Amino acid sequence: MTDKIVDAFTRALVDVDRLAAKQIVQNRGHDASPVKFAEDVVLPALESIGAGWQAGTFALSQVYMAGRICEDLIDQILPPEDPDRKNQPKMAICILSDHHKLGKIIVYSFLRASGFDLADYGVMEVDDLVEQVQKDSIEILLISVLMLPSALKIKAVKQKLDRLRCDVKLIVGGAPFRFDDRLWKTVGADAMCRDASDAVSVIENIMKGMA
Amino acid sequence: MNQTSVTSMQRVLTTLGHREPDRVPFFLLATLHGAKEVGLPIKTYFSDPANVVEGQMRLLAKYRHDCIYSFFYAPVEIAAFGGEVIFTDDGPPNSGEPVIKKTGDIKNLAVPDVKNTPCLEKVLTATHRLKERVKDTVPIIGVVMSPFSLPVMQMGFDRYFDLMYDKPDLFAHLMQVNQAFCVEWANAQLAAGATAICYFDPVSSTTITTRDMYLKTGFTVAGQTLAKINGPTATHMASGRCLPIIDDIAGTGTAAVGVSCHEDIALVKNACRGKLTVIGNLNGIEMCRWSSEDAENHVKAVIAKAGAGGGCILSDNHGEIPFQVPDDVLMAISEAVHTWGRYPLD
Repeated sequence: MTDKIVDAFTRALVDVDRLAAKQIVQNRGHDASPVKFAEDVVLPALESIGAGWQAGTFALSQVYMAGRICEDLIDQILPPEDPDRKNQPKMAICILSDHHKLGKIIVYSFLRASGFDLADYGVMEVDDLVEQVQKDSIEILLISVLMLPSALKIKAVKQKLDRLRCDVKLIVGGAPFRFDDRLWKTVGADAMCRDASDAVSVIENIMKGMA
Repeated sequence: MNQTSVTSMQRVLTTLGHREPDRVPFFLLATLHGAKEVGLPIKTYFSDPANVVEGQMRLLAKYRHDCIYSFFYAPVEIAAFGGEVIFTDDGPPNSGEPVIKKTGDIKNLAVPDVKNTPCLEKVLTATHRLKERVKDTVPIIGVVMSPFSLPVMQMGFDRYFDLMYDKPDLFAHLMQVNQAFCVEWANAQLAAGATAICYFDPVSSTTITTRDMYLKTGFTVAGQTLAKINGPTATHMASGRCLPIIDDIAGTGTAAVGVSCHEDIALVKNACRGKLTVIGNLNGIEMCRWSSEDAENHVKAVIAKAGAGGGCILSDNHGEIPFQVPDDVLMAISEAVHTWGRYPLD
């Protein structure tokens, strides 16, 4: 039954059919808590769309719209600050040294639609980012980039955080990392995401290591 | 054909005609390496057309490739619309805050006057001087952003998607403005001496939009725009995938297509056969850490998969070589195409 719901929800998302997606959320039944619905339906649908983008069967426009629709729907049934949102480490996301926001917006939407909460730092430069991360005691930092020079600056972020003895896990993503699957190690990241839905499993793996 | 007696122009025209020239043509689409060649910071380099002319000529002599790339940087068009260009020391200039801050701004967007916009005049001056230097021996490739892809820099990707899906009237108006600019800008470059125009259209790739959406938007825009450009064009997907829309791209009237390294160039070549020349598809990002042997192997693979029968130009997959790619890798690519790209290939 859940598989059929996931399939129908996925279809609604890739067709950018907000009404059909909303209908599925509303029909979820009283015994399905928002968190359980996010885990059982929303996340698998977003993972399937993310995997489809990597394989070339879905387009970035569909990934983006799916994230936005899900984020809105989940916010309605599971508002920010709701105690049911996942017990999680302190996380933040930013764009490094760039004005291309799309990747960050999609990852932010996917994570929030999957029940996570995280700070959105917007566009940051290296020194400001390091200062903010230290000030907020961030444990997991997600950095999105589009351009190669921005990706290479992550190395400086890592070095400065290490120097300050900040115990932060760095997760990176964006075009340069998809075109060179060794680059994330070169810049000193702890993990990379090939698409937005990867971020959920990468964070869950890091959380297991922290437990 | 004998390799030494054939000019780059003849080599490229032959392959565009889907015949085999003396060897596979090689487009080194390098902009920033010109600054390295003349020993200037990137911002200084692009401030004077004389630097770009010198940089391109030195690159041509050094790497023995088959085109001049009169492209400066993508946000030159954003500067023409009144936007900000951010220079860095180690990468291509980037566009700053979007010029369209809210969707309502689209109604007031004016078409830039190409002939009276200093940043564009510099490109035209460089193109004219490069033409004086190479005459008709080497094709000069000018560049425009497609009207359909330019909004990513004008307003940001996210708000552009929202516009495409939710505000068709404003989308149509933006396309009209951008088309008028694109046609005038392309034709000014051709008049200045460009041989052909590279029409960068990554948003049309299936990496970014669905085929259904493309047929309603980017395809129509490309067909209308390319028909008004007074010279040959090549459509470049700037690393985006295009295999599912190859026939559609051919239907826009373009002569060639820039192909992603995420696609098998053999499959793309088969789909393009007799209709489009394939340009590609070396991975520019990975290239930063290639050895000379890696470079040679990648070049050999592209030639083996796509070289037969002409209709193939060896190049990177993005249309711009990253600044971090070492000179010896570029040299190894050049050596490899000169060694392994000679026809007949076997």
